Amino acid sequence: MSKKLLSVKELPKGDVLEAGTAILFETGDWRSDRPIFNKELCIDCKRCWLYCPDMSILLDENKKVSGIDYKHCKGCGICSFECPVKPNKAITMEKEVK
Amino acid sequence: MVVAAKTGNEAMAEAMRQINPDVVAAYPITPATEVVMIFAQFLADGLVDTEYIPVESEHSAMSACLGAAAAGARVMTSTSSQGLALMYEILPIVSALRLPIVVCEVNRALSGPINIHCDHSDTIAARDFGWVQIYAENSQEAYDGTLQAVKIAEKTSLPVMVSTDGFIISHCMEKIEMLPDDEAKKFIGEYKMEKSVLDIKNPTTRGALDLQDYYFEHRYQTSEAILNAKNPILEAGEEFGNKYGRKYGLIEEYKMEDAERVIVALGSTCGTTRDVVDELRGKGEKVGLLKIRVFRPFPAQEIATALSNAKSVAVLDRSDSYSGQGSPVYVEVLSALFKNDKKPKIVNYVYGLGGRDINLEDIKSVFENLKKVDQLEEKNYLGVRM
Ligand code: SF4
Ligand code: SF4
Repeated sequence: MSKKLLSVKELPKGDVLEAGTAILFETGDWRSDRPIFNKELCIDCKRCWLYCPDMSILLDENKKVSGIDYKHCKGCGICSFECPVKPNKAITMEKEVK
Repeated sequence: MVVAAKTGNEAMAEAMRQINPDVVAAYPITPATEVVMIFAQFLADGLVDTEYIPVESEHSAMSACLGAAAAGARVMTSTSSQGLALMYEILPIVSALRLPIVVCEVNRALSGPINIHCDHSDTIAARDFGWVQIYAENSQEAYDGTLQAVKIAEKTSLPVMVSTDGFIISHCMEKIEMLPDDEAKKFIGEYKMEKSVLDIKNPTTRGALDLQDYYFEHRYQTSEAILNAKNPILEAGEEFGNKYGRKYGLIEEYKMEDAERVIVALGSTCGTTRDVVDELRGKGEKVGLLKIRVFRPFPAQEIATALSNAKSVAVLDRSDSYSGQGSPVYVEVLSALFKNDKKPKIVNYVYGLGGRDINLEDIKSVFENLKKVDQLEEKNYLGVRM
Protein backbone atom coordinates (compact mmCIF):
# COMPACT_ATOMS: atom_id res chain seq x y z
CA MET A 1 0.00 0.00 0.00
CA SER A 2 2.56 2.57 -1.06
CA LYS A 3 -0.03 4.49 -3.11
CA LYS A 4 -0.69 7.93 -1.64
CA LEU A 5 -4.23 8.20 -0.28
CA LEU A 6 -6.21 11.30 -1.17
CA SER A 7 -7.28 13.78 1.49
CA VAL A 8 -10.74 15.24 2.01
CA LYS A 9 -9.78 18.24 -0.15
CA GLU A 10 -8.29 16.13 -2.95
CA LEU A 11 -11.16 13.66 -3.20
CA PRO A 12 -13.89 14.49 -5.73
CA LYS A 13 -17.18 15.12 -3.93
CA GLY A 14 -19.98 12.61 -3.97
CA ASP A 15 -18.02 9.35 -4.02
CA VAL A 16 -17.32 9.67 -7.76
CA LEU A 17 -14.61 7.31 -9.03
CA GLU A 18 -13.09 6.53 -12.40
CA ALA A 19 -14.98 3.82 -14.28
CA GLY A 20 -14.10 0.15 -14.27
CA THR A 21 -12.66 -0.14 -10.77
CA ALA A 22 -14.41 -3.49 -10.23
CA ILE A 23 -11.55 -5.12 -12.17
CA LEU A 24 -9.37 -4.50 -9.12
CA PHE A 25 -11.67 -6.50 -6.88
CA GLU A 26 -11.52 -10.24 -7.45
CA THR A 27 -14.88 -11.77 -6.72
CA GLY A 28 -14.21 -15.18 -8.29
CA ASP A 29 -13.54 -16.96 -5.01
CA TRP A 30 -17.19 -16.59 -3.93
CA ARG A 31 -18.24 -19.07 -6.61
CA SER A 32 -19.97 -22.36 -5.75
CA ASP A 33 -20.87 -23.26 -9.36
CA ARG A 34 -18.42 -23.00 -12.25
CA PRO A 35 -19.37 -22.31 -15.88
CA ILE A 36 -17.52 -24.56 -18.33
CA PHE A 37 -17.13 -23.22 -21.85
CA ASN A 38 -17.08 -25.62 -24.80
CA LYS A 39 -15.61 -23.90 -27.85
CA GLU A 40 -16.70 -26.73 -30.18
CA LEU A 41 -20.39 -26.05 -29.54
CA CYS A 42 -20.25 -22.24 -29.44
CA ILE A 43 -21.90 -20.35 -32.32
CA ASP A 44 -20.52 -17.02 -31.06
CA CYS A 45 -23.92 -15.36 -30.67
CA LYS A 46 -22.56 -13.41 -27.66
CA ARG A 47 -25.68 -13.77 -25.56
CA CYS A 48 -23.55 -14.93 -22.62
CA TRP A 49 -21.28 -11.93 -23.06
CA LEU A 50 -24.25 -9.58 -23.18
CA TYR A 51 -26.01 -11.04 -20.15
CA CYS A 52 -23.12 -11.73 -17.79
CA PRO A 53 -23.56 -9.27 -14.88
CA ASP A 54 -19.86 -9.36 -14.03
CA MET A 55 -18.34 -8.91 -17.50
CA SER A 56 -16.66 -12.27 -17.05
CA ILE A 57 -17.09 -13.66 -20.55
CA LEU A 58 -13.75 -13.33 -22.32
CA LEU A 59 -13.33 -12.40 -25.99
CA ASP A 60 -10.23 -13.24 -28.03
CA GLU A 61 -8.33 -10.86 -30.32
CA ASN A 62 -10.98 -11.47 -33.05
CA LYS A 63 -13.74 -10.55 -30.56
CA LYS A 64 -14.97 -14.14 -30.47
CA VAL A 65 -16.18 -15.65 -27.18
CA SER A 66 -13.18 -17.55 -25.87
CA GLY A 67 -13.77 -18.49 -22.23
CA ILE A 68 -14.52 -17.36 -18.70
CA ASP A 69 -12.67 -14.91 -16.47
CA TYR A 70 -12.64 -17.06 -13.32
CA LYS A 71 -11.06 -14.29 -11.27
CA HIS A 72 -14.32 -12.33 -11.44
CA CYS A 73 -17.04 -14.85 -12.42
CA LYS A 74 -19.40 -15.38 -9.46
CA GLY A 75 -20.97 -18.52 -10.89
CA CYS A 76 -24.53 -17.21 -11.21
CA GLY A 77 -25.22 -19.40 -14.25
CA ILE A 78 -26.93 -16.72 -16.33
CA CYS A 79 -24.52 -17.33 -19.25
CA SER A 80 -25.43 -21.00 -19.31
CA PHE A 81 -29.13 -20.28 -18.97
CA GLU A 82 -29.04 -17.85 -21.88
CA CYS A 83 -26.90 -19.97 -24.21
CA PRO A 84 -29.24 -20.92 -27.11
CA VAL A 85 -27.32 -23.93 -28.46
CA LYS A 86 -29.30 -27.21 -28.43
CA PRO A 87 -29.42 -29.94 -27.32
CA ASN A 88 -26.14 -29.37 -25.45
CA LYS A 89 -25.35 -25.82 -24.39
CA ALA A 90 -21.94 -24.34 -25.07
CA ILE A 91 -21.72 -23.29 -21.42
CA THR A 92 -22.66 -25.75 -18.69
CA MET A 93 -22.53 -25.36 -14.93
CA GLU A 94 -20.58 -27.71 -12.66
CA LYS A 95 -20.20 -27.81 -8.92
CA GLU A 96 -17.06 -26.04 -7.79
CA VAL A 97 -14.94 -28.65 -6.01
CA LYS A 98 -11.87 -27.86 -4.03
CA MET B 1 -48.87 36.96 -6.68
CA VAL B 2 -51.72 34.51 -6.97
CA VAL B 3 -53.85 34.32 -3.82
CA ALA B 4 -55.51 30.95 -3.31
CA ALA B 5 -56.99 28.70 -0.63
CA LYS B 6 -54.77 25.64 -0.34
CA THR B 7 -54.14 22.81 2.07
CA GLY B 8 -50.51 22.01 2.85
CA ASN B 9 -50.61 19.08 0.45
CA GLU B 10 -52.11 21.20 -2.31
CA ALA B 11 -49.56 23.92 -1.67
CA MET B 12 -46.69 21.46 -2.02
CA ALA B 13 -48.22 19.89 -5.13
CA GLU B 14 -48.59 23.36 -6.67
CA ALA B 15 -44.94 24.07 -5.95
CA MET B 16 -44.06 20.76 -7.61
CA ARG B 17 -46.13 21.72 -10.64
CA GLN B 18 -44.24 24.97 -10.99
CA ILE B 19 -40.91 23.21 -10.48
CA ASN B 20 -41.86 20.62 -13.12
CA PRO B 21 -39.23 18.09 -12.02
CA ASP B 22 -37.68 15.76 -14.59
CA VAL B 23 -38.53 12.69 -12.51
CA VAL B 24 -40.95 11.91 -9.68
CA ALA B 25 -40.99 8.37 -8.27
CA ALA B 26 -43.50 7.89 -5.49
CA TYR B 27 -45.61 5.51 -3.47
CA PRO B 28 -48.74 6.75 -1.67
CA ILE B 29 -49.02 6.98 2.12
CA THR B 30 -51.42 8.87 4.38
CA PRO B 31 -51.28 11.82 4.97
CA ALA B 32 -48.85 12.57 2.11
CA THR B 33 -50.76 10.69 -0.61
CA GLU B 34 -52.46 13.80 -1.95
CA VAL B 35 -49.19 15.52 -2.79
CA VAL B 36 -48.34 13.03 -5.52
CA MET B 37 -51.99 12.33 -6.31
CA ILE B 38 -52.60 15.98 -7.16
CA PHE B 39 -49.29 16.07 -8.98
CA ALA B 40 -50.28 13.01 -11.02
CA GLN B 41 -53.42 14.88 -12.03
CA PHE B 42 -51.29 17.82 -13.21
CA LEU B 43 -49.34 15.32 -15.28
CA ALA B 44 -52.51 13.78 -16.74
CA ASP B 45 -53.73 17.28 -17.58
CA GLY B 46 -50.51 18.03 -19.41
CA LEU B 47 -49.43 20.78 -17.01
CA VAL B 48 -46.06 19.14 -16.33
CA ASP B 49 -43.91 16.87 -18.46
CA THR B 50 -42.33 14.91 -15.64
CA GLU B 51 -41.34 11.25 -15.98
CA TYR B 52 -43.63 9.86 -13.28
CA ILE B 53 -42.70 6.44 -11.91
CA PRO B 54 -45.36 4.75 -9.77
CA VAL B 55 -43.27 2.22 -7.86
CA GLU B 56 -44.13 -0.69 -5.57
CA SER B 57 -42.70 0.71 -2.33
CA GLU B 58 -40.98 3.74 -0.83
CA HIS B 59 -37.71 1.82 -0.88
CA SER B 60 -38.06 1.60 -4.64
CA ALA B 61 -39.26 5.20 -4.85
CA MET B 62 -36.10 6.56 -3.25
CA SER B 63 -33.94 4.12 -5.20
CA ALA B 64 -35.46 5.29 -8.48
CA CYS B 65 -35.02 8.89 -7.38
CA LEU B 66 -31.37 8.18 -6.61
CA GLY B 67 -30.72 6.70 -10.03
CA ALA B 68 -32.48 9.54 -11.81
CA ALA B 69 -30.63 12.15 -9.77
CA ALA B 70 -27.29 10.47 -10.51
CA ALA B 71 -28.17 10.80 -14.18
CA GLY B 72 -28.55 14.54 -13.66
CA ALA B 73 -32.32 14.87 -13.41
CA ARG B 74 -34.18 17.27 -11.15
CA VAL B 75 -35.96 14.81 -8.87
CA MET B 76 -38.69 15.04 -6.26
CA THR B 77 -40.90 12.74 -4.24
CA SER B 78 -43.21 12.84 -1.26
CA THR B 79 -43.78 10.53 1.68
CA SER B 80 -44.58 10.20 5.36
CA SER B 81 -43.88 8.11 8.46
CA GLN B 82 -43.43 4.41 7.63
CA GLY B 83 -42.88 5.43 4.03
CA LEU B 84 -39.94 7.57 5.02
CA ALA B 85 -38.79 4.75 7.29
CA LEU B 86 -38.77 2.42 4.32
CA MET B 87 -36.57 4.97 2.55
CA TYR B 88 -34.11 5.18 5.46
CA GLU B 89 -31.74 2.68 3.86
CA ILE B 90 -31.35 4.87 0.78
CA LEU B 91 -31.41 8.33 2.42
CA PRO B 92 -27.76 8.37 3.61
CA ILE B 93 -26.63 6.99 0.26
CA VAL B 94 -28.33 9.90 -1.50
CA SER B 95 -26.45 12.41 0.65
CA ALA B 96 -23.15 10.52 0.31
CA LEU B 97 -23.53 10.65 -3.47
CA ARG B 98 -24.42 14.33 -3.07
CA LEU B 99 -27.65 14.14 -5.04
CA PRO B 100 -30.03 17.11 -4.73
CA ILE B 101 -33.33 15.22 -4.33
CA VAL B 102 -36.20 17.14 -2.71
CA VAL B 103 -38.76 15.31 -0.58
CA CYS B 104 -42.08 16.84 0.44
CA GLU B 105 -42.50 15.09 3.76
CA VAL B 106 -45.68 15.08 5.80
CA ASN B 107 -44.90 14.41 9.44
CA ARG B 108 -46.76 11.45 10.88
CA ALA B 109 -46.08 9.31 13.92
CA LEU B 110 -43.97 6.22 13.41
CA SER B 111 -45.59 2.92 14.25
CA GLY B 112 -46.09 1.46 16.70
CA PRO B 113 -48.71 1.52 17.81
CA ILE B 114 -49.99 2.26 14.34
CA ASN B 115 -51.18 5.84 13.97
CA ILE B 116 -51.69 8.15 11.02
CA HIS B 117 -51.56 11.52 12.77
CA CYS B 118 -48.89 14.11 13.31
CA ASP B 119 -45.71 13.92 15.23
CA HIS B 120 -42.14 14.44 14.17
CA SER B 121 -40.74 11.01 14.96
CA ASP B 122 -40.34 10.11 11.26
CA THR B 123 -38.13 13.00 10.15
CA ILE B 124 -36.39 13.46 13.49
CA ALA B 125 -35.20 9.85 13.28
CA ALA B 126 -33.73 10.74 9.88
CA ARG B 127 -31.76 13.69 11.23
CA ASP B 128 -28.34 12.08 10.86
CA PHE B 129 -28.75 10.93 7.26
CA GLY B 130 -27.13 13.98 5.69
CA TRP B 131 -30.34 15.66 4.53
CA VAL B 132 -31.19 19.31 5.04
CA GLN B 133 -34.40 19.48 7.08
CA ILE B 134 -36.85 22.37 6.86
CA TYR B 135 -39.99 22.40 9.04
CA ALA B 136 -42.94 24.45 7.78
CA GLU B 137 -45.29 26.25 10.16
CA ASN B 138 -48.21 26.46 7.72
CA SER B 139 -49.22 25.95 4.07
CA GLN B 140 -47.52 29.14 2.97
CA GLU B 141 -44.22 28.04 4.40
CA ALA B 142 -44.69 24.59 2.85
CA TYR B 143 -45.07 26.20 -0.57
CA ASP B 144 -42.28 28.73 -0.13
CA GLY B 145 -40.00 26.13 1.45
CA THR B 146 -40.48 23.65 -1.39
CA LEU B 147 -39.40 26.22 -3.98
CA GLN B 148 -36.41 27.23 -1.87
CA ALA B 149 -35.51 23.58 -1.25
CA VAL B 150 -34.82 23.03 -4.95
CA LYS B 151 -32.48 25.96 -5.00
CA ILE B 152 -30.73 24.93 -1.78
CA ALA B 153 -30.39 21.30 -2.89
CA GLU B 154 -28.87 22.18 -6.25
CA LYS B 155 -26.55 24.82 -4.78
CA THR B 156 -25.22 22.48 -2.08
CA SER B 157 -25.49 19.14 -3.93
CA LEU B 158 -27.39 17.88 -0.91
CA PRO B 159 -30.84 16.36 -0.57
CA VAL B 160 -33.49 18.39 1.25
CA MET B 161 -36.69 17.39 3.02
CA VAL B 162 -39.38 19.98 3.62
CA SER B 163 -41.96 18.81 6.11
CA THR B 164 -45.43 19.80 7.19
CA ASP B 165 -47.42 18.57 10.18
CA GLY B 166 -49.68 15.71 9.11
CA PHE B 167 -53.36 16.72 8.87
CA ILE B 168 -52.76 19.89 10.90
CA ILE B 169 -51.08 21.51 7.90
CA SER B 170 -51.41 18.86 5.21
CA HIS B 171 -55.22 18.81 5.23
CA CYS B 172 -56.17 22.25 6.56
CA MET B 173 -57.03 24.93 4.08
CA GLU B 174 -55.37 28.31 4.41
CA LYS B 175 -55.01 31.39 2.30
CA ILE B 176 -51.65 31.36 0.60
CA GLU B 177 -49.85 33.49 -1.94
CA MET B 178 -48.26 31.70 -4.86
CA LEU B 179 -45.78 33.08 -7.32
CA PRO B 180 -46.82 33.30 -10.96
CA ASP B 181 -45.54 30.17 -12.75
CA ASP B 182 -42.85 31.97 -14.73
CA GLU B 183 -41.62 33.75 -11.62
CA ALA B 184 -41.34 30.46 -9.73
CA LYS B 185 -39.37 29.01 -12.63
CA LYS B 186 -37.10 32.02 -12.67
CA PHE B 187 -36.51 31.70 -8.93
CA ILE B 188 -35.38 28.07 -9.06
CA GLY B 189 -33.44 28.50 -12.31
CA GLU B 190 -31.96 25.81 -14.55
CA TYR B 191 -30.18 22.76 -13.22
CA LYS B 192 -27.11 21.20 -14.75
CA MET B 193 -25.35 18.46 -12.85
CA GLU B 194 -21.55 18.62 -12.72
CA LYS B 195 -20.93 14.96 -13.51
CA SER B 196 -23.83 12.90 -14.77
CA VAL B 197 -23.45 9.15 -14.53
CA LEU B 198 -24.84 9.01 -18.08
CA ASP B 199 -21.93 11.01 -19.47
CA ILE B 200 -20.55 8.06 -21.46
CA LYS B 201 -17.66 10.08 -22.81
CA ASN B 202 -16.40 10.50 -19.26
CA PRO B 203 -17.56 7.31 -17.53
CA THR B 204 -17.54 7.24 -13.73
CA THR B 205 -18.36 4.82 -10.94
CA ARG B 206 -20.78 5.81 -8.14
CA GLY B 207 -21.27 4.29 -4.76
CA ALA B 208 -18.44 1.76 -4.94
CA LEU B 209 -17.24 -0.20 -1.92
CA ASP B 210 -15.45 2.32 0.30
CA LEU B 211 -13.49 0.70 3.12
CA GLN B 212 -11.03 1.73 5.83
CA ASP B 213 -9.04 3.83 3.37
CA TYR B 214 -11.73 6.24 2.11
CA TYR B 215 -15.07 5.90 3.92
CA PHE B 216 -13.99 8.29 6.69
CA GLU B 217 -12.97 11.05 4.25
CA HIS B 218 -16.21 10.72 2.32
CA ARG B 219 -18.26 10.97 5.50
CA TYR B 220 -16.29 14.05 6.50
CA GLN B 221 -17.07 15.63 3.14
CA THR B 222 -20.81 15.18 3.67
CA SER B 223 -20.59 16.46 7.22
CA GLU B 224 -18.76 19.57 6.02
CA ALA B 225 -21.26 20.05 3.19
CA ILE B 226 -24.17 20.03 5.64
CA LEU B 227 -22.49 22.63 7.83
CA ASN B 228 -21.73 24.76 4.80
CA ALA B 229 -25.37 24.57 3.72
CA LYS B 230 -26.26 27.31 6.23
CA ASN B 231 -25.31 30.10 3.87
CA PRO B 232 -27.10 28.79 0.80
CA ILE B 233 -30.22 28.32 2.97
CA LEU B 234 -29.95 31.88 4.24
CA GLU B 235 -29.30 33.23 0.74
CA ALA B 236 -32.34 31.44 -0.67
CA GLY B 237 -34.49 32.74 2.20
CA GLU B 238 -33.11 36.25 1.77
CA GLU B 239 -33.60 36.31 -2.00
CA PHE B 240 -37.14 35.01 -1.56
CA GLY B 241 -37.82 37.76 0.96
CA ASN B 242 -36.37 40.51 -1.18
CA LYS B 243 -38.32 39.45 -4.23
CA TYR B 244 -41.61 38.27 -2.78
CA GLY B 245 -41.80 39.79 0.68
CA ARG B 246 -41.48 36.69 2.86
CA LYS B 247 -37.98 36.31 4.27
CA TYR B 248 -36.75 33.06 5.78
CA GLY B 249 -33.85 32.13 8.03
CA LEU B 250 -32.63 29.15 10.01
CA ILE B 251 -34.58 30.25 13.06
CA GLU B 252 -37.26 32.85 13.66
CA GLU B 253 -37.46 34.97 16.78
CA TYR B 254 -40.94 36.14 17.76
CA LYS B 255 -41.14 38.85 20.44
CA MET B 256 -37.81 37.72 21.79
CA GLU B 257 -36.14 41.13 22.42
CA ASP B 258 -36.85 41.25 26.15
CA ALA B 259 -38.44 37.83 26.56
CA GLU B 260 -37.79 36.14 29.91
CA ARG B 261 -39.77 32.97 29.36
CA VAL B 262 -39.38 31.33 25.97
CA ILE B 263 -40.83 28.36 24.12
CA VAL B 264 -38.73 26.67 21.44
CA ALA B 265 -40.67 24.63 18.89
CA LEU B 266 -40.87 23.33 15.32
CA GLY B 267 -43.76 23.26 12.86
CA SER B 268 -47.41 24.19 13.32
CA THR B 269 -47.16 24.47 17.12
CA CYS B 270 -45.24 27.69 16.52
CA GLY B 271 -48.46 29.18 15.14
CA THR B 272 -50.36 28.23 18.30
CA THR B 273 -47.54 29.59 20.44
CA ARG B 274 -47.55 32.93 18.58
CA ASP B 275 -51.18 33.46 19.57
CA VAL B 276 -50.43 32.70 23.21
CA VAL B 277 -47.41 35.00 23.15
CA ASP B 278 -49.60 37.80 21.78
CA GLU B 279 -52.23 37.23 24.47
CA LEU B 280 -49.76 37.10 27.34
CA ARG B 281 -47.83 40.08 25.98
CA GLY B 282 -51.14 41.93 26.07
CA LYS B 283 -51.15 41.29 29.81
CA GLY B 284 -47.60 42.55 30.13
CA GLU B 285 -45.90 39.16 30.42
CA LYS B 286 -42.43 38.94 28.90
CA VAL B 287 -42.79 35.79 26.85
CA GLY B 288 -41.44 34.86 23.44
CA LEU B 289 -41.16 32.15 20.80
CA LEU B 290 -38.06 30.78 19.15
CA LYS B 291 -38.99 28.80 16.06
CA ILE B 292 -36.48 26.37 14.64
CA ARG B 293 -37.18 26.29 10.90
CA VAL B 294 -34.07 24.41 9.87
CA PHE B 295 -33.12 21.46 12.06
CA ARG B 296 -30.32 20.23 9.78
CA PRO B 297 -27.87 21.87 9.61
CA PHE B 298 -28.56 22.59 13.28
CA PRO B 299 -28.33 26.35 13.95
CA ALA B 300 -26.60 25.90 17.32
CA GLN B 301 -24.86 29.26 17.51
CA GLU B 302 -27.92 31.14 16.32
CA ILE B 303 -30.08 29.43 18.96
CA ALA B 304 -27.55 30.00 21.73
CA THR B 305 -27.40 33.70 20.89
CA ALA B 306 -31.17 34.04 20.65
CA LEU B 307 -31.68 32.41 24.05
CA SER B 308 -28.83 34.09 25.90
CA ASN B 309 -31.03 36.71 27.61
CA ALA B 310 -33.92 34.43 28.50
CA LYS B 311 -34.46 33.35 32.10
CA SER B 312 -36.30 30.10 31.48
CA VAL B 313 -36.85 28.06 28.34
CA ALA B 314 -39.14 25.14 27.46
CA VAL B 315 -38.15 23.09 24.42
CA LEU B 316 -41.15 21.37 22.88
CA ASP B 317 -40.46 18.03 21.21
CA ARG B 318 -43.06 16.35 19.05
CA SER B 319 -41.13 13.09 19.24
CA ASP B 320 -39.83 11.13 22.17
CA SER B 321 -36.36 9.75 22.51
CA TYR B 322 -36.41 6.70 24.72
CA SER B 323 -33.73 8.12 26.97
CA GLY B 324 -33.93 9.77 30.35
CA GLN B 325 -32.03 12.84 29.20
CA GLY B 326 -34.58 14.42 26.90
CA SER B 327 -35.85 14.34 23.35
CA PRO B 328 -33.80 15.26 20.29
CA VAL B 329 -34.64 18.94 19.87
CA TYR B 330 -34.18 19.54 23.60
CA VAL B 331 -30.86 17.73 23.78
CA GLU B 332 -29.49 19.71 20.85
CA VAL B 333 -30.71 23.05 22.18
CA LEU B 334 -29.26 22.17 25.57
CA SER B 335 -25.85 21.38 24.13
CA ALA B 336 -25.98 24.53 21.97
CA LEU B 337 -26.33 26.54 25.20
CA PHE B 338 -23.72 24.65 27.19
CA LYS B 339 -20.78 26.82 26.22
CA ASN B 340 -22.67 30.08 26.75
CA ASP B 341 -21.66 32.06 29.83
CA LYS B 342 -25.23 33.28 30.16
CA LYS B 343 -27.70 30.47 29.98
CA PRO B 344 -31.33 30.14 30.92
CA LYS B 345 -32.89 27.40 33.01
CA ILE B 346 -34.14 24.90 30.47
CA VAL B 347 -36.66 22.05 30.46
CA ASN B 348 -38.08 19.64 27.91
CA TYR B 349 -41.73 19.02 27.08
CA VAL B 350 -42.66 16.06 24.94
CA TYR B 351 -46.09 16.79 23.44
CA GLY B 352 -48.57 15.92 20.73
CA LEU B 353 -47.43 12.37 20.02
CA GLY B 354 -49.64 10.55 17.54
CA GLY B 355 -51.54 13.75 16.75
CA ARG B 356 -52.67 14.52 20.31
CA ASP B 357 -54.04 18.07 20.19
CA ILE B 358 -51.95 20.89 21.51
CA ASN B 359 -54.13 23.91 22.19
CA LEU B 360 -53.76 27.43 23.53
CA GLU B 361 -54.35 26.31 27.11
CA ASP B 362 -51.56 23.73 26.87
CA ILE B 363 -49.11 26.35 25.67
CA LYS B 364 -50.28 28.76 28.36
CA SER B 365 -49.66 26.12 31.01
CA VAL B 366 -46.09 25.72 29.78
CA PHE B 367 -45.46 29.48 30.02
CA GLU B 368 -47.07 29.43 33.47
CA ASN B 369 -44.88 26.53 34.61
CA LEU B 370 -41.79 28.35 33.40
CA LYS B 371 -42.38 30.90 36.19
CA LYS B 372 -41.37 28.19 38.67
CA VAL B 373 -38.93 26.39 36.45
CA ASP B 374 -36.83 25.23 39.43
CA GLN B 375 -39.65 22.98 40.54
CA LEU B 376 -39.96 21.22 37.17
CA GLU B 377 -38.49 17.91 36.14
CA GLU B 378 -36.00 18.12 33.29
CA LYS B 379 -38.21 16.01 31.02
CA ASN B 380 -41.97 16.53 31.08
CA TYR B 381 -44.87 15.07 29.14
CA LEU B 382 -47.56 17.57 28.16
CA GLY B 383 -51.06 16.16 28.23
CA VAL B 384 -50.35 12.48 28.80
CA ARG B 385 -52.75 10.83 31.27
CA MET B 386 -50.61 9.60 34.16
S1 SF4 C 1 -21.63 -17.75 -14.32
FE1 SF4 C 1 -22.50 -15.70 -14.17
S2 SF4 C 1 -20.74 -14.45 -13.63
FE2 SF4 C 1 -19.90 -16.37 -14.36
S3 SF4 C 1 -19.54 -15.98 -16.52
FE3 SF4 C 1 -21.56 -16.91 -16.37
S4 SF4 C 1 -22.94 -15.13 -16.29
FE4 SF4 C 1 -20.90 -14.38 -15.85
S1 SF4 D 1 -24.33 -17.91 -25.53
FE1 SF4 D 1 -23.49 -19.92 -25.96
S2 SF4 D 1 -23.32 -19.98 -28.15
FE2 SF4 D 1 -23.68 -17.86 -27.62
S3 SF4 D 1 -21.61 -17.04 -27.50
FE3 SF4 D 1 -22.15 -17.67 -25.46
S4 SF4 D 1 -21.36 -19.74 -25.27
FE4 SF4 D 1 -21.38 -19.23 -27.44
